[in-house]
Amino acid sequence: MTSPLQQKIKITGPSMVTANRTWDGVVIYRTASNGWTTDLAEAAIVRNADDARALLAESVADDVGAIGAYIAPVEIKDGGKIRPGNLREHIRSKGLTIDLSVPA
Amino acid sequence: MYAYDELDRTLLNERVSEFRDQVKRRLSGELTEDEFKMLRLQNGVYLQLHAYMFRVAIPYGTLSSRQLRRLAHVARRYDRGYGHFTTRQNIQYNWIKLAELPDALADLAEVGIHAMQTSGNNMRNVTSDQWAGVAPGEIEDPRIWSEILRQHTTLHPEFSFLPRKFKIAITASEHDRAAIKIHDIGLKLIKSAEGESGFEVLVGGGLGRTPFIAKTIKPFVHGRDILSYVEAILRVYNQYGRRDNIYKARIKILVHELGIEKFAREVEEEWQQMRDSALTLDAAVVEEIRSRFSYPAYEKLPHMPDELKKAAHDPLFERWRRNSVFPHKVQGYAIVTVSLKPVGGPPGDATADQMDALADLADRYSFGEIRVGHEQNLALPHVAKRNLPVLWKALDKIGLATPNVNLVSDIIACPGLDYCSLANARSIPIAQELTRRFANHDTANLIGRLHINISGCINACGHHHVGHIGILGVEKNGEEFYQITIGGRADENAQMGTLIGPAVPYAEVADVIEDIVEAYLALRDSQDELFVDTVKRLGVEPFKERVYATR
Repeated sequence: MTSPLQQKIKITGPSMVTANRTWDGVVIYRTASNGWTTDLAEAAIVRNADDARALLAESVADDVGAIGAYIAPVEIKDGGKIRPGNLREHIRSKGLTIDLSVPA
Repeated sequence: MYAYDELDRTLLNERVSEFRDQVKRRLSGELTEDEFKMLRLQNGVYLQLHAYMFRVAIPYGTLSSRQLRRLAHVARRYDRGYGHFTTRQNIQYNWIKLAELPDALADLAEVGIHAMQTSGNNMRNVTSDQWAGVAPGEIEDPRIWSEILRQHTTLHPEFSFLPRKFKIAITASEHDRAAIKIHDIGLKLIKSAEGESGFEVLVGGGLGRTPFIAKTIKPFVHGRDILSYVEAILRVYNQYGRRDNIYKARIKILVHELGIEKFAREVEEEWQQMRDSALTLDAAVVEEIRSRFSYPAYEKLPHMPDELKKAAHDPLFERWRRNSVFPHKVQGYAIVTVSLKPVGGPPGDATADQMDALADLADRYSFGEIRVGHEQNLALPHVAKRNLPVLWKALDKIGLATPNVNLVSDIIACPGLDYCSLANARSIPIAQELTRRFANHDTANLIGRLHINISGCINACGHHHVGHIGILGVEKNGEEFYQITIGGRADENAQMGTLIGPAVPYAEVADVIEDIVEAYLALRDSQDELFVDTVKRLGVEPFKERVYATR
């Protein structure tokens, strides 16, 4: 399988890097200060392929802290609020879209 | 129930210790994710959208009450208080922490449960009929053979690095409840003219992006030869199966490309070299395995006890009994299917409290035994008919008496995009909406047997190809769309459904399914003609017309 760093990176709008935290699997986002956050609002936003590649490279380098890092789209709303850019990321960010028999 | 011996217990404990060390090394950075991935997969640990997913095997779908309580404990202690029963007699936990997984595995190992063979390119959990050992007319209990195959294949080096995953299912009844024709190897237990046990062996079935119905490769293989014959198949697969392309690596592709005749010749040639080897099963070995299965001490009971006659006056009880209670091989007893498909609920989910309560009910009314079926329901396999009314009330109290088994709301669904990293679209909300649309039990009964299967992607974990109505989620320009097939079936007459037309958007799926069902009710030639038979008689056109005429 091709390494994420070798894959052709094409982004069409604002994007972030997301992954899962290694020890518990929780969804995390790469921050601008070389760290991770569980809050999408604190994610580093990139707008071109070079920046995206660089952010992904430093994310993948943290093999102990994170697993499965990849670039995903976001939407920047009025006032600069960051929203997930697709349904998959919406579900990862906000949780299940379904009712469960037990409270989450 | 099967009683594990010291060897089994040692193996499980060693496996837990090994994985504990691997997790420790992963978390310390000594192992990279690339190095660790295969090790975690060999212990049933995937990475999904929100967290790790932990898949635990329930070999041939048999659980003791003690084991079910332990599954509940894992749900409560390490997860979010529920588990999801899958189409291959496994249970999945969706929120587990890697750091706690070794403890969860250790807790499970104490009751003989593990996660081996639930993931990775190896021989997966051997599945069987959830009514094994109790179904009337069964040739013999297929779990004996499932267990022999399980023991032989567990950690077998030759089967641990196959081109792709490999699934075996076994049935011993004319009516196939194990879906053997959609497995890599399907085994149908039969008797020879001389009365000896053996198998019709089918090979090359499977769903996913290239679905095939399994073909018979040998009409009879004696029971004593089943290990060598299965191994011969695996050797041919190991030798010729493609490892260069994940999408072409399953044995079904090899069988299709070689043709069943040539594939059969290759297997036969391999088998002739090994059939009289250490793999030949000694009758004493088979008997030893058989002796480790314990069966209840059934009482001599009347066919129709007074309690049942009295309860028959209660229409709510009768509604449940008609759809959930099935004949047992022993007079006075019944098999009870426990629906995990409540109206508005995720198919196949059970809470820890429900699991605990069901374990108690199994102790009281089913000799402490529970079964798991590929339809994502549970079963109590040994219920005295006199206890059915009281069992029904107890099940109802814990939300497990939905009277919809085999009806339109008894939906099989994969976790879909709500959980799965492979999914393109959601499955569970579609299922939930459909159960609400068909919540009226009188309507559902009028419709009769109708299986809806939903998959959130082409990998087909929801077996959509073989649903009477199949729903496949796809993604189009960032939106969820669903392809609808009709006429599939997963039983002894297994066949793939036929696509009725262009995919429909998320918001229209339930309407489309209602249209299809309404068309069926108008088109069937009698109330006894099942949906799938109407489709067979008329083809898809009338349904297509109904669905797309106004869309």
